[in-house]
Amino acid sequence: MVKVDINQVSFSYPSADVLHDVTFQIGPGEITGIVGPNGSGKSTLIKCIDTILKPKGSILLDGRNVLKMDSVERARNIGLVHQHGSSAMNSTVFETVLMGRRPHSAWRIRDEDIDKVAETLECLGIKDMAMRDFSSLSGGQKQITMLARAICQEPEFLLLDEPTSALDIKNQLEVLDILRTLVKKQSMAAIIAIHDLNLGARYADSIVMLREGMVFSTGKADELYTPEMIEEVYGVKAVVLEVLGKPHVVPVSPIKKESSDQAE
Amino acid sequence: MNRTTDTHCSSDVYNKNNISIQEKFRQYHSRKILFLTSVSAVIVLLVGIAAAFGSYNLNLLEVYRIIVGGVIVKIFPELTLPESVAGTIIWELRLPRICMAVVSGASLGVAGAIMQGVLRNPLAEPFTLGISSAAAMGASLSIIGGIRLFGSYSVVINAFICAFLATIVIYTIAKSKGMTPETIILSGIAIMFLLDAVTAFMQYLGTAQQVQAVVFWMMGSISVAGWDNVLIVFLIAAVSIPYLVYKASDITIIGAGDETAHSLGINVEKIRMQTLAFGALLTAAVTAFCGIIGFVGLLSPHITRMVIGGDNRYVIPGSALLGAALLLGADTVARTVLAPMILPVGIMTAFVGVPFFMYLFMRKGKESW
Repeated sequence: MVKVDINQVSFSYPSADVLHDVTFQIGPGEITGIVGPNGSGKSTLIKCIDTILKPKGSILLDGRNVLKMDSVERARNIGLVHQHGSSAMNSTVFETVLMGRRPHSAWRIRDEDIDKVAETLECLGIKDMAMRDFSSLSGGQKQITMLARAICQEPEFLLLDEPTSALDIKNQLEVLDILRTLVKKQSMAAIIAIHDLNLGARYADSIVMLREGMVFSTGKADELYTPEMIEEVYGVKAVVLEVLGKPHVVPVSPIKKESSDQAE
Repeated sequence: MNRTTDTHCSSDVYNKNNISIQEKFRQYHSRKILFLTSVSAVIVLLVGIAAAFGSYNLNLLEVYRIIVGGVIVKIFPELTLPESVAGTIIWELRLPRICMAVVSGASLGVAGAIMQGVLRNPLAEPFTLGISSAAAMGASLSIIGGIRLFGSYSVVINAFICAFLATIVIYTIAKSKGMTPETIILSGIAIMFLLDAVTAFMQYLGTAQQVQAVVFWMMGSISVAGWDNVLIVFLIAAVSIPYLVYKASDITIIGAGDETAHSLGINVEKIRMQTLAFGALLTAAVTAFCGIIGFVGLLSPHITRMVIGGDNRYVIPGSALLGAALLLGADTVARTVLAPMILPVGIMTAFVGVPFFMYLFMRKGKESW
């Protein structure tokens, strides 16, 4: 049960400002979707929260500032899943997931670490591939393994950077269903940077819309997704339908002129 | 469409089915221990064979009796063994060379495992990264160039300083944006050519005697081993290898990517720098005494990973043992196959190792990396 406060997070590279005063909150058991056009700062924000990049501002987990935590304490609290799953060479799925126990254990693998990995593999429905070589898995299986590794860290706060953008639709739904179940069941807080507005609407409890490194708007998808908003942020004419009780954005045509550079 | 996995998460299901996954993992773990034990047994056998064969052949049992007897006398000095020709041959001539082969092979195997691991590069090893060449240049500076700031240890210390500097250059290149595993190796090979050219230039300036010493040494040979030299390489290995095994889990996780390692609580830059420095130290120690020995550092970690997987807590000791076995085997063949002529061991490591490596690659195909 954790409450996350992202307060005035800013980050700039020597050549360019990327994030300006990003502020929002996430409650326990909630998934917040970060959406926005290419280059709006979604991945940078995820990297700042996990301190891969060093931002200004503060990121508070129940009042504790992530930017001031030591590396092990941070790893016990925050799990990260990347866009592309990767593991060490010649590693099995079991060994890959076992890496998630690193913040909790020393050199020796304890029985409780093995139990935790087994439990997580079982929970995510991938126990049958435990002894398979990670490199032999499909894209979807790799992402579920990455999720399992992050879960094994027993984090209170989970970050996912475009975890489904390389997957086909069946794998997208499988990975996101598993994520939603876990977040609700374990009352974690989660942030998912996601390219697909419709998947964001379907799986996130709230949406943070970024544009040019700033929060453009926050709220529920059914309040945020309007043709006007899509036009302003993405530079695309769109219609917004309702499908399965959620807003569904259908892009129609890019608007030429001045906002065409955002219309990727 | 609405497939969910809620049902997988009930704790009853864990308890019913967990056992099999955990058992499978423990069996997999036992296989690794079996591999390490088997290679250790092979080394013990090879030590006996290497000590038995030569210009004065001995019985294998006699060899073990003399070795064990000698060790007991060293531990309990009040005991004495009768003087014998065989004892002198084994303890004064053959064992220093055997121990040098074992310790050097282990050091090179570990250096290769570390470099492949933290640079995430299947082709990385002291030889392909130019680190052996740097150590060779450092040693040549001492032998031919007369740079002897550190007295009788100048050769080793010069070799280490140059190996370490080359490691920093490689590390900086590897860190640069847009660098791929291939370009890192290409840079290493470029550095190797440059440093070899410097060494060649020094040879050009050196006396015939100095040049002969350097050329012989660059071909890779264990023949110069005396107990003092063995002790230096052994002490460096005895400090470095346990430290690297201690850091093995972190090295494995760095293999999964820098950002992943960071989010799992690892200080990537620090671990990479420390482990590469120890890799350079191991390489420098071996190269300073035995010259450039290629392939051991490349082959041992790959073969180990193919057999027991990528967990560096086992890959590092496995590479050490396999490197030791490979170099001792190669040296024994090198000095007996065309006896009384002794071939450079570097030639034999390639003859013995490469066909085996190709066989494993063809058998396991793409999965091998």
